[in-house]
Amino acid sequence: MCRLFALTSRDPVSPMLAIDALNVMKEGHDGSGVGLYLSGLGGPFEDLKEYPVLSGIFTDAGLRRLSEYMTEKGFSSKYSVMFKPDTEPPVGTPKRGTYASIAYELPPEWKDLDKDDLGERLVKTRLELRAEGEQTGDIMVFSFWPDTIMIKEVGDPMAIGEYLQLGREEIHARHILAQGRQNTNYAINLYACHPFFIEGIGTMTNGENTAFIPIKEYLQSRGVTGYQGYQSDSEVFTHIAHFTTKKLGLDISAYKHVITPMNDDEMKDHQDREFLSSLKKACRKLIIDGPNCVIGCLENGTMFMAQDRKKLRPGVVGGNPELGMYAFSSEICGLNAAIPDRDKSQDFQPMHLDTAIVGPDCREVVKCSQKDPLLLQR
Amino acid sequence: MLSERPITPSTLSRKDLPWQVKWDIQTCTKCGRCTSVCPVNAIELGVFRKREIKTSMGLNAKPVNEFSTFYGIRQRTDPAYACIGCAMCNMVCPNNAIEPVRQEHSTTLQFQNNRGGQSRTRGGRRNSGESLLDQLKFIRISMLTDPALDAGRHEFDVRTLLGRVLSPENEIKCFNENGWKPPVREIYPLVIGSMSFGALSPNMWEGLQMGVAYLNEELNMPVRMCTGEGGCPPRLLRSRFLKYVILQIASGYFGWDEIIHAIPEMKVDPCAIEIKYGQGAKPGDGGLLMWYKVNKLIAAIRGVPQGVSLPSPPTHQTKYSIEEAVAKMIQSMSMAWGFRVPVYPKISASSTSLAVLNNLVRNPYAAGLAIDGEDGGTGAAYNVSMNHMGHPIASNLRDCYKALCVSGAQNEIPLIAGGGIGKNGNLAANAAALIMLGASMVQVGKYVMQAGAGCLGSEKDRCNVCNIGVCPKGITSQDPRIYRRLDPEKVAERVVDFYLSFDTELRKVIAPLGRSTSLPIGMSDALGVSDKHVADRLDIKYVI
Repeated sequence: MCRLFALTSRDPVSPMLAIDALNVMKEGHDGSGVGLYLSGLGGPFEDLKEYPVLSGIFTDAGLRRLSEYMTEKGFSSKYSVMFKPDTEPPVGTPKRGTYASIAYELPPEWKDLDKDDLGERLVKTRLELRAEGEQTGDIMVFSFWPDTIMIKEVGDPMAIGEYLQLGREEIHARHILAQGRQNTNYAINLYACHPFFIEGIGTMTNGENTAFIPIKEYLQSRGVTGYQGYQSDSEVFTHIAHFTTKKLGLDISAYKHVITPMNDDEMKDHQDREFLSSLKKACRKLIIDGPNCVIGCLENGTMFMAQDRKKLRPGVVGGNPELGMYAFSSEICGLNAAIPDRDKSQDFQPMHLDTAIVGPDCREVVKCSQKDPLLLQR
Repeated sequence: MLSERPITPSTLSRKDLPWQVKWDIQTCTKCGRCTSVCPVNAIELGVFRKREIKTSMGLNAKPVNEFSTFYGIRQRTDPAYACIGCAMCNMVCPNNAIEPVRQEHSTTLQFQNNRGGQSRTRGGRRNSGESLLDQLKFIRISMLTDPALDAGRHEFDVRTLLGRVLSPENEIKCFNENGWKPPVREIYPLVIGSMSFGALSPNMWEGLQMGVAYLNEELNMPVRMCTGEGGCPPRLLRSRFLKYVILQIASGYFGWDEIIHAIPEMKVDPCAIEIKYGQGAKPGDGGLLMWYKVNKLIAAIRGVPQGVSLPSPPTHQTKYSIEEAVAKMIQSMSMAWGFRVPVYPKISASSTSLAVLNNLVRNPYAAGLAIDGEDGGTGAAYNVSMNHMGHPIASNLRDCYKALCVSGAQNEIPLIAGGGIGKNGNLAANAAALIMLGASMVQVGKYVMQAGAGCLGSEKDRCNVCNIGVCPKGITSQDPRIYRRLDPEKVAERVVDFYLSFDTELRKVIAPLGRSTSLPIGMSDALGVSDKHVADRLDIKYVI
């Protein structure tokens, strides 16, 4: 079973904090891979929040092609963090080349675009690069979005952390999603490694998604650029979160109403019953059956955790408001390792109706039950 | 029978009949029940005369003729009275002295079925035991990463939606703007398919309705039943049970006068309206209620004279094309109930299914599409239609579902699959397979008769006389002397029984796949088949 660990903090912290937590939970995962989503970047990226950051892995030829491609499109590189390991990779990890995170200045004609158009173009650019790379194997792109870095690699998380020197200050971040292990049902593919990302939304999941095919087919038919790939059965969770918040304009507290709607009895006395019941019907294709624990981060740094209806995967949220740091973990030992100094009695394990949300201010865990009145929808 | 039987081109010997009546003179008590119950008069009481020549030893006495007479059962060899193998004779025989035996190699009757230039019509089934649905396996059993659910203990939501479902974007927009929303019913995914009040006996119909009402009101299973062509009993139209009924309007419009007139007095809306354009048993053909079954009651309900055959035209005669029909009929039917009732067409699975579907996708009032595969049918159909016309359901349904996926409407227009489901008794497995191929719900008629009322028909041309009103069990007869054999209470009981067991079996299929809170519609990755061509065609896994 995959181990998940997410950290949200007022001040930028080292991603190694999350990797350490994964390592503590190692008992259950086979260490075949690690994925990192970083946002709310500190260090040199702190002042570059407006500029989209392209993160991926490139061979030398790939870097050249990237540079040509981006120049042709009118992008100019603003700042880049290139890391080319000079040590031998850990056992099982291929030698790939340069792990790059490059902030770009937008082409002049893009600057007047509205937010949605710009987002779509960024996604398109990422997908074009990805498609290019899939032909040659020179380029792998995981994200292209402001204030976001994604790193993925095959191997033991701790060994990868040391190999890629993930403790470097330049990639310190306020919001970190980290997952240990690759997916299992399909061929090992870096694109299948959690977390997944689209337009400012990153999520990761453990367990397995039994409803993968119908959900995938449904999302693909929505005509949204970026709903593609699907190397992992869990990638749909990210897209559902994207669909819920960006396409339907609902608050993240409604995410759980989409993936695991209440049954008729539970809904009976709900003050928003009419809306929820129609949402349940319209989004029936997006109902998951789990078992899954989904942890995700939104563009504004809001982090959340939700479970499948039967709660067959564990998850716990806890933290210290004074430190301004909260963690979402699939096991309590991971939480203990990352934030030992906290009021453990306040730890929250979301049950089958709950969504745990920690805002970007990292002050408290908001516990949303599906039985609560809906928050004002955006 | 004449002592010197004429031998003409159409005379047959007993050996030529596919069903032969074995009668045991030793155990027969000559009570006569078998001959009186035989629906086709294949057997009759016979007086047999036997001459024996007795010769004594020596030359003193001349040989003498000794005549004896005895009574017994005689099977007629006239093809018009050929035994249909229903075995009612055995059912009523106190000593099991009589039974029909199938003679597999006797095919001669097939050449004699069209006497008088009349093609054979029959009720019943396609007479093919093959079922692709039975070959499909559920292979995606969740084992470790994804624990299998407990079919007996976990929460299950085995319900589906009938009606036009808006896309999430439109649903929210409609909610915010307080706009009109197409009606949607949340129902059980196994629907009792259309078998009309004329086709079924009053007792059978009453039994089914009682079973459905019990399932709904006592067991909280929202089971629905379709009326078929021919209208609906006036009392039901005005009762609160109408909400469990899907009213069918077919090309004959039989009974619709009555229904339209009852609208102001209806206490509740019907579940839905099904517009029948085609059916699986006789695709491209209308319905046919033969004169034998048009008694006073049926004639009154249908608004026709008594004792005449009632063929429905193959198309709705007032409509020019499917586009027009979809636009006009769906809209006018919706309008009749104030747009509160889902209206959907039913077509026979065919190469034009996709064309019909394409028209529905763009019609905001269309509530679904029922596709009836080649195996459907109860009423009268021509032998050749039933056996050789039509499209199997699996690939047709799959094509339609995939077309919906492309247009992004797979949640919006529910597909209702029928035809050949449970023909070998594997109802839940067949239904689950169709749901995973993309059906939102399935409809069965034949299985309901077989399980609910002990219909004797089989896929080996057994019985199949539903059309001429002599159903030995009283299921499809309109003759009170016959249908009083059927106890409606018992039918209701059996309907409830098989629904409950279907429910358990369906859970036993979907729980190990890890599904419980939503029906696995379109979960095609769960299916596998050992035939490469089938796998490719249905886009499912090839497993050997």
